[in-house]
Amino acid sequence: MTNIPKKLFYSATHEWVRKDEDVLTIGITDHAQTMLGDLVYVELPEPETGFETGQECAVIESVKAAADIYCPISGEIVEVNEELLQNPQVINQDPYGKGWLFRLRPFENDFTNKLLNADQYTKQVASEAH
Amino acid sequence: MSGTIFDISKSGRSAKAQMPKGVNEKHNIPKNYLRKDKPLLPEVSELQVVRHYTNLSRKNFSIDTQFYPLGSCTMKYNPRGVHRLAFLEGFLNHHPLSLDENSQGFMACAYELQEILKVVTGMRGVSLTPMAGAQGEFAGVAMIRAYHELRGDTLRDEIIVPDAAHGTNPATAAQCGYKVIEIPTGPDGNVDIEALRKIAGPKTAGIMLTNPSTLGVFDQNIQEIAKTIHSVGGLLYYDGANLNAILGKVRPGDMGFDVMHINLHKTFATPHGGGGPGGGPVAVSERLVPFLPTPIVGKTETGFRWLTKEQCPQSIGRLSAFMGNAGIILRAYMYARLLGQEGMIRIAEYATLNANYLLTKLRKAGFTPAYPKRLASHEFIITLKNEARDLHINALDVAKRLLDYGFHAPTMYFPLLVPECLLIEPTETESKEVLDAFADTMIKILEEAKTNPELLKNAPHHLPVRRLDEVKAARELDLVYNPQLPSDV
Amino acid sequence: MPFIPHTKEDTKAMLETIGVSSMADLFKEIPSALQTANLSNLAPQLNESELSRLMHERANLDNHLTCFIGAGAYQHHIPAAVWEVTSRGEFLTAYTPYQAEASQGTLQLLYEFQTMMAGLMALDVSNASLYDGASALAEAILMAARHERKAETHKVLLPRTIHPLYREVVKAIVGQHDHIELIEIDFDLKTGQTTLEKISGDRFTALVIPQPNFFGVLEDTDELTDWIHKKNGLAIAVVNPLAMSLLKPPGLWGEKGADIACGEGQPLGIPLAAGGPYYGFLCCRQDLVRQMPGRIVGRTVDAEGKQGFVLTLQAREQHIRRAKANSNICTNQGLLVTASTIYMSLMGPEGLRLTALASHQNTVFLQEKLSKLSGVNIIFNSPLFHELVIKIKQPVDEVIQKLAKFKIQAGFALQKYYPELGNCLLICVTETKTKEDIEFFTKKLKEVIDQPVTTRAET
Repeated sequence: MTNIPKKLFYSATHEWVRKDEDVLTIGITDHAQTMLGDLVYVELPEPETGFETGQECAVIESVKAAADIYCPISGEIVEVNEELLQNPQVINQDPYGKGWLFRLRPFENDFTNKLLNADQYTKQVASEAH
Repeated sequence: MSGTIFDISKSGRSAKAQMPKGVNEKHNIPKNYLRKDKPLLPEVSELQVVRHYTNLSRKNFSIDTQFYPLGSCTMKYNPRGVHRLAFLEGFLNHHPLSLDENSQGFMACAYELQEILKVVTGMRGVSLTPMAGAQGEFAGVAMIRAYHELRGDTLRDEIIVPDAAHGTNPATAAQCGYKVIEIPTGPDGNVDIEALRKIAGPKTAGIMLTNPSTLGVFDQNIQEIAKTIHSVGGLLYYDGANLNAILGKVRPGDMGFDVMHINLHKTFATPHGGGGPGGGPVAVSERLVPFLPTPIVGKTETGFRWLTKEQCPQSIGRLSAFMGNAGIILRAYMYARLLGQEGMIRIAEYATLNANYLLTKLRKAGFTPAYPKRLASHEFIITLKNEARDLHINALDVAKRLLDYGFHAPTMYFPLLVPECLLIEPTETESKEVLDAFADTMIKILEEAKTNPELLKNAPHHLPVRRLDEVKAARELDLVYNPQLPSDV
Repeated sequence: MPFIPHTKEDTKAMLETIGVSSMADLFKEIPSALQTANLSNLAPQLNESELSRLMHERANLDNHLTCFIGAGAYQHHIPAAVWEVTSRGEFLTAYTPYQAEASQGTLQLLYEFQTMMAGLMALDVSNASLYDGASALAEAILMAARHERKAETHKVLLPRTIHPLYREVVKAIVGQHDHIELIEIDFDLKTGQTTLEKISGDRFTALVIPQPNFFGVLEDTDELTDWIHKKNGLAIAVVNPLAMSLLKPPGLWGEKGADIACGEGQPLGIPLAAGGPYYGFLCCRQDLVRQMPGRIVGRTVDAEGKQGFVLTLQAREQHIRRAKANSNICTNQGLLVTASTIYMSLMGPEGLRLTALASHQNTVFLQEKLSKLSGVNIIFNSPLFHELVIKIKQPVDEVIQKLAKFKIQAGFALQKYYPELGNCLLICVTETKTKEDIEFFTKKLKEVIDQPVTTRAET
């Protein structure tokens, strides 16, 4: 069964969000990386760029599919995971750890009500599988 | 086993009979304009070249050697006579910028093909210049845009595309600056007409449709769709990828389409060539005639003449330096003449007969059609979702196992909305015996899936290579040969 | 029924298996009002023998003249083996190599082609071809615009020394992208070279650099490349690939080399054939590879570790990316690339260089001959490759017509696209022409221009 850690927040488009002090760390879920298969390429946003909620900000590719990453919360990029540019498979191996995509400073503080919690996301994944 | 041509290269060797004679080292070119190094090209004898590439060719499946039921690609027999006649000296050594009076032979063929395409499509104007289906689509959508812009109707910024469409449709609409609006497909494989009514409106520039669709069924509501789009001021684009299903029977012009392309390498049997050249002539209704891409062949009392931007000032312009894939136009013309009136009408009939026959045989053998209540057009879809669930065998495994039995695999995993699908298009040029053999093989593979699934999982077993590592290819890009890293020989 | 193998019994048995009584029943889902195709305007079918006779007649109408036209399509010797091997059914009637294991022939050949083109251009990578040279240039410009992602508008400098028909194609294709502005640059009337003197502004997406240019003139590509790099734009080379066996290749231009190279592959083993099918090639620096449109082949290994070839970087393409693909291109020009790869293998580096050099020497020989004729002006004083421009006093279209009577295709009249080059003729001499051909051309041109003008030119 797919791994959905309780302590994280999720978007309907399969990104996860973790709050560390005043920045958020963002990646894709275990479910998303399984659906995409072996990843071969990652395109990350440039630091200091701002994104609106739901705006496309990164791209990840497997050999058969390409997926846009939508910014789950509006904010400014403060750091990207450069290691992925060389080793995109890290996302497959450790989606919630070493496979994080980028960190951003949110424009607003209260964002959790805009995201799903682990239970809600688990239900969504189950419903997608019919 | 053969390495690359570079692995057999040896400095100082050459195909001497091909070398120009009497060349000295004199030239008027300044030194700093000259090349100093020797480019990485093989140095080999003529026999080495012929043997290397003949042996490479034998690692290909092709229509000439195998049944090739690749859905949506119409892999029918490519007549040899047509290929040979395109190599006649007068055509072959003909410079594209020759005077019109020295080009009447080619122009006569092109002009007549324009007329033939008008008859079979029910359209009023044809331009042969687009070099592939995708370029025909580009021309078509650019014409739709030019038409609206000329009328000052500039707020239309949306093109509607079904979710089952070929990827080229949305890609083309986006290239021409349009927003792509997807419409869903209903459970019967037809466009969801209620959804369409909600989407169509003052922002609609047009819709792009394939009919029969990529799902292998004919959308009976096409006249209703045309009415809906026309009533909001939009135009209809017909993707001719599946024209073989209706050629000689039903005409896109009569269905209400305003513009379409024809894939000459599918419907008109020009060779696919390992991925091209294609041919993508466009045909249009009356109101789009002024916008056709140039050049077009016109007929005057003194013979055929090229029509270019001077004669067609509203044209969307030129899409190739010269006359598109002229040699493909020539081949398509010859094929059309070999068919004639009598042959043309048989295409759709026998393509449809073969598809329905094979569908019936596979259904009876226990395979699941994606649209069991529908007749097949010239192609049909089998879904292996049950086999994937029960036997853990997917469409890819079946496709690869078919290769072991000497059949090219059908199109896999397209359209995207049918899970684990195989899109099968036998074409009219295959015999009953071949279809029977293919059906028997599919049955055998299904049996193997139950008794020895590893045979499928590890297929192919009998080809020049086993299953290839596409992930490695994409992660560790190796796109050109590096002489410092010898390949395995 | 040509090419349909069914006997009456087959058809009957198949209809029975399906469970319908007639062919018409197979179409009963199609509204009958639509089943109305009227083919009565089509001619009756021909058999192959009749077709052969018709096509021989047609081919004979297209006169066999001695061709001195170049202007983007060049007559060169093509070894017999090129099209003999290319016409093998396994190359001719295969499709795009979707099933890699059943397409190793085509895939390995494309990998070899990519290597040869990248080598000729001295760039890192090549794709597996585009439709033709003109559309390849349009795609190269779109690549440059995609590379400069952050800019809202893009300015691309397109010299008038680029083939005028290429510029028309670029306008038609790139013109659909409202955020890209094409700016024409003039040339020097004395040298025939692109001149940057009048360019103002300092932010450009790309400069297109031809070598040789449309007039056959060699450009100072080092200077042009360095200029655009100083403006932070990309250098897009559009070159004759045969010439690159002799001339400095794009990857070595200037201090950093051109970023993208494209052009028409026709000179490499493809017959003139009334204008096509030809193929476009496209090469670039490694870091631009994801902006490339079209098919790309990569080398990998199979399940047993053995070398094999696959289509790669497919996530750029329309069948996966759909509306977000970096182009709508689906096919390449596989068959032409097959021919070209075999051609380049047969000619090798030395054969290509000798062919380029022989063409150049023949053109210089014609130039020397013509420079001695009164009434003929060699108008550009720059070094040339295998084409030259002359100016005559007579109406150029009339001279072309008159020379055609001596079975000479004299060249391409420039005035339609370059009003300032009235009565100028662009002439090409490849290695296929002999000393006698060139002397005959000179003699007949002299006769024609020495005659009094018979009619008024229409233009």
